[in-house]
Amino acid sequence: MEPLGRQEAAMTTQQVIATQQTQVVATEQTQVLGRALLSPAVVLLFIWMIVPLAMTIYFSTLHYTLMDSENWSFVGLENFRYFLTDPAFLTSLQNTLVLVGSVLAITILLGTPLALLLDQPVIGRSVVRLMVIAPFFVMPTVSALVWKNLLMHPVSGLFAWIANLFGLTPIDWFNDAPMLAVILIVAWQWLPFATLILLTALQSQDEEQKEAAEMDGASALSTFIYLTLPHLARPITVVVLIETIFLLTVFAEIFVTTGGGPGLQTTNIAFLIYSQALIQFDVGNASAGGLVAVVIANIVAFFLVRIIGRNLEV
Amino acid sequence: MGQITLQGVRKSFGPVNIIKDANLDIENGSFVVFVGPSGCGKTTLLRLIAGLEDVTGGQILIDGRNVVDVPPAKRGLSMVFQSYALYPHMSVRGNIAFGLKMAGLPRPEINRKVEAAAATLNLTPYLDRKPRELSGGQRQRVAIGRAIVREPKAFLFDEPLSNLDAALRVQMRLEVTKLQKQLATTAVYVTHDQVEAMTMADKIVVLNAGRIEQYGSPLELYEHPANLFVAGFIGSPKMNFVPGEVAGEAGVAIIGIRPEHLKIGKDGDGWPGRVSVAEHLGSDTFLYVEGGKLGTLTVRYVGELSLRAGDRVWLTPDPARMHRFNKEGSVIRTS
Repeated sequence: MEPLGRQEAAMTTQQVIATQQTQVVATEQTQVLGRALLSPAVVLLFIWMIVPLAMTIYFSTLHYTLMDSENWSFVGLENFRYFLTDPAFLTSLQNTLVLVGSVLAITILLGTPLALLLDQPVIGRSVVRLMVIAPFFVMPTVSALVWKNLLMHPVSGLFAWIANLFGLTPIDWFNDAPMLAVILIVAWQWLPFATLILLTALQSQDEEQKEAAEMDGASALSTFIYLTLPHLARPITVVVLIETIFLLTVFAEIFVTTGGGPGLQTTNIAFLIYSQALIQFDVGNASAGGLVAVVIANIVAFFLVRIIGRNLEV
Repeated sequence: MGQITLQGVRKSFGPVNIIKDANLDIENGSFVVFVGPSGCGKTTLLRLIAGLEDVTGGQILIDGRNVVDVPPAKRGLSMVFQSYALYPHMSVRGNIAFGLKMAGLPRPEINRKVEAAAATLNLTPYLDRKPRELSGGQRQRVAIGRAIVREPKAFLFDEPLSNLDAALRVQMRLEVTKLQKQLATTAVYVTHDQVEAMTMADKIVVLNAGRIEQYGSPLELYEHPANLFVAGFIGSPKMNFVPGEVAGEAGVAIIGIRPEHLKIGKDGDGWPGRVSVAEHLGSDTFLYVEGGKLGTLTVRYVGELSLRAGDRVWLTPDPARMHRFNKEGSVIRTS
């Protein structure tokens, strides 16, 4: 009996080893196959990214303007020095931060109550929701044109008409408060996004928790402060991160409405780079600006993740 | 004090009547269990008492005061939810203290009460943990702590043990019962588990389809069920119902006899039958007996009985413990 048992055991061990080997081979094959199949996409994406980046770095070291494209020369880091010491740079950096910060504040401070309202059972809720979300689907150029010509126009705009109705002098938005005007337009576009994210978060809040708070004697306001707001911390973080990425590069709204002006009042980094390249035709300087913008975006992202990214951890 | 009285309480959701005319008197300090199959309205009835649902009609009196228009927090009741409903971002201390904080108590008093409650429930080492860092049983205790710290007139429990595993459930069952006796506070407890109901309750309310079928102590319900529903619902294994000829001979529509009140013998006397399945648990033996025109009867025998499927047996019902029902399903009292 005993030898047979041992033999069986040995067989089993061998079989186990064999099985393990097959599994290892199979895993390796799967990995190789996976990489092979993935590589075309990765290579394409890599080229897509690396060629413009390399070109930008190359151009940023050249003195190269389209006005005088025959005479170009290598100037080293001269373009960076020029871009960073340009007074327009600091102004536009400040404008960028004001624009991003204001729009974030407006969308979250208005988006939260709006989401709370949309979470209530009202007649025609689905239609109301669709209408609230609609601005997000309008392309920036179109919405900027609508705001410029139909709403904020000092003579024929709706706001001017309302002001006249009350006997007030209409505001000439794009001359008297150009930055505020741009902020309002961009905030209007991004409010639906914030509302939508916060609304879905509200809907995932546990009903029994709210009832427990009700039994504990919490008022609607206390329930909001102690239960709903902490519950919304994570979606608010998501809104801030995603909106920041897009708001750092706002361009169409400024281009269509104010053209960066008056003066530099509504010029942000993105618009400054555009004006260097296609108004002043200074390709080298604009390339340097583009690289600076990449660095700024990374700095902002770094601080954002440090400050609020903790909310995303479980 | 915590006397709760329901007078003609009704509740409908649209055209559906969930609770139909509930009348009930819950004495101060008693442990009352609402039991019934799912969808019978037991949780709704509890939520009506809590104030989380508004009554469609009738009155709910707490210590003699009609509270149907009083908001939940002002009724002086506290509730333990099925999902525990702990506040996830607050520590155990924050969870237990929340109600007191909302009531505007001074901080030292809150701390004292929270620590006392935590000590009662063996939660002191966990006071600074978050709910997600606790086990199911500990979470359950935090939910109970949140309820007792407010010193309510009555506790409301909504199937609080249904998320725990079987062993823990038995343990928590004991703890909850002990705690309730110790605090001598009225408790209303909802469950679908009749073992929980029988073991914990001073009095049981059996609900079926929005109607209170019977209200009484566990043994009353066991020994004198008012109707077929209660007879079939209370007791495990279920009571045997024998309709037809045999019942007709006794002059009633249905005879009910519990499995433990059927004497089983290998020869001779009573109703003949054949064992179809025998379950040997060691302490008990459950036998499913094919009784011909009697149908399948369940027999419980305390101890081990060496019978196997296919064996012929004879069953003798204990006449004193037979329940007789009329056509409507109500019990016929003989005495």
